[in-house]
Amino acid sequence: MSDTISTLPSTKGSAMTDQTAIDTAPALGLHQEREVPDLDDPVFELGDVSVWYGDYQAVRNVDLTIGRQQITAMIGPSGCGKSTVIRCLNRMNDLIPGARVVGKISYHGEDMYADYVDPIEVRRRIGMVFQKPNPFPKSVYDNVAYGPRVNGFKGKLADIVEEALVDAALWDEVKDKLKTNALALSGGQQQRLCIARTIAVKPEAILMDEPCSALDPIATAKIEDLMQDLAKTYTIVIVTHNMQQAARVSDRTAFFTAEVDADGVRHGRLVEYEPTRQMFSKPTDKRTEDYISGRFG
Amino acid sequence: MTADAHAAAARAAVQRSLAGQRRPLREYVFHLALLVSVALALAFLVALLSYVVVHGWDRLDANLFLNQPTALLRRIDEAGVQSAIFGTLWVISLTALFCIPTGVLAAIYLEEYGRREMWFNRLIELNIQNLAAVPSIVYGILALGLIARPPLNLGFTVITAALTLSLLVLPILIISSREAIRAVPNSIRDGSLALGATQWQTIRRQVLPVAVPGIATGTILALSRAIGEAAPLLLLGAVQFVTFNPSGPDSSYTVLPIQIFNLATRPQEGFRTLGWAAIIVLLAILLLMNSVAIAVRNRYQKRW
Repeated sequence: MSDTISTLPSTKGSAMTDQTAIDTAPALGLHQEREVPDLDDPVFELGDVSVWYGDYQAVRNVDLTIGRQQITAMIGPSGCGKSTVIRCLNRMNDLIPGARVVGKISYHGEDMYADYVDPIEVRRRIGMVFQKPNPFPKSVYDNVAYGPRVNGFKGKLADIVEEALVDAALWDEVKDKLKTNALALSGGQQQRLCIARTIAVKPEAILMDEPCSALDPIATAKIEDLMQDLAKTYTIVIVTHNMQQAARVSDRTAFFTAEVDADGVRHGRLVEYEPTRQMFSKPTDKRTEDYISGRFG
Repeated sequence: MTADAHAAAARAAVQRSLAGQRRPLREYVFHLALLVSVALALAFLVALLSYVVVHGWDRLDANLFLNQPTALLRRIDEAGVQSAIFGTLWVISLTALFCIPTGVLAAIYLEEYGRREMWFNRLIELNIQNLAAVPSIVYGILALGLIARPPLNLGFTVITAALTLSLLVLPILIISSREAIRAVPNSIRDGSLALGATQWQTIRRQVLPVAVPGIATGTILALSRAIGEAAPLLLLGAVQFVTFNPSGPDSSYTVLPIQIFNLATRPQEGFRTLGWAAIIVLLAILLLMNSVAIAVRNRYQKRW
């Protein structure tokens, strides 16, 4: 990994290791270069969404609009339902027996859970990167080529693979070992391979469920840089339990929390949804403020 | 005390703290019990193999493979067990042909498609586990009434034997294939599905290749059981005195375990020696099958 240290942006590095309480946005390394994009042409709209697992209502009444080509972060303490919500956006929750979505989730205005919708098609358009890097036990090349292959891609596969690896900032590290097993790569490389694999099928949106939680700070910084680049082309939704990460990379942040209702049932709720800079400088809700200043969670 | 004495005392203290406590006796006893168990198992195996080889060595010649069995004592020295060798190869090949696809597909259904909360899937599961424990003679009786005689009426033939042995080993094959499929991490399935792969693509291209080593191991366990099985075939015509090789699935047959049984029950030494030699052949076929499975396993494991 020694060759990677030089590429680590020093400002980000320092912010990342800063574990003390946060009170001002600049200390977070909040990215200031980008104007906050508007929500005029949203990709996802969630209207009064609740998610049930059998008889248990895990997440209640979420209203959220996710904009095109921007990074939306979902933060909150464990059990607040942020992972549950993100898994609804490409219908990965369908795979969990008993999981049910109530309310409306639309994709470019069309109900994503309508009867005619094929979840396979949804997942082709909306890719996902998981918490733990999960490359297939195949070669680097075959990992990236898998998506285009199963989607019946006709054309020069090698070009697609190279393009995806370049876009995922991994090409230089793996171009001489495309035939080696992906499991021989480092954790950070594996995660970027998973991102390359996802963009090889040319989705519109990429969902990332705590993509850096299994990675070291240097690998994390690389993925964060990559996200910024990808946001020029893709719509990115990221779940993270790392507030600094949300502050560093995202345009907008949704803060979820876990609440207990009158019957003593714990469930997740969306508390506040703001442009990231605003949320981390002057949050409207007291619970958000407590959370981002490190008073709970 | 001088500085030297202090240093010496400190060293002694460190040495005392590092010196091992005397281990309790029971730890040695346990260790010994482990060694004895392994030694016993090995000793039995070696005794068995050497006993078989010593007794059968004299008849382990070309005649064993080239000639047919005889009932005549004066010709026993040139007699062989060719019909039983071919019978065994025929029966086991057809058994593999029937039971591997069925077993693997059943395992895929139960693991990947069958939802556990549905009652009939749980019923199937329970039944498969019970079937694995049914004595093999029961399968023989079932096959006699169902396969050899009407309704299927296939007679005392190779195909009847193969179908019966397939039924017998299917539960073992299904259970071990399911375990191999279940051992494939869900993150692999999620990764594939998240790329827009269908469930079948995910199973075919991701789950099965990873599960192949486990399935191969289960298959070989199942077929090893089938190849040594004599009881159900006793009821299905394998006891006939057969002096010709099977000509096809609808041919009469005998198999090595039953040929061995027949030879061993004869009082004359010549027959028995031939029986011992036949045991060596049976073991060799088993070993060969096992090595194929190990080769398959190693080939696929390297790619992981």
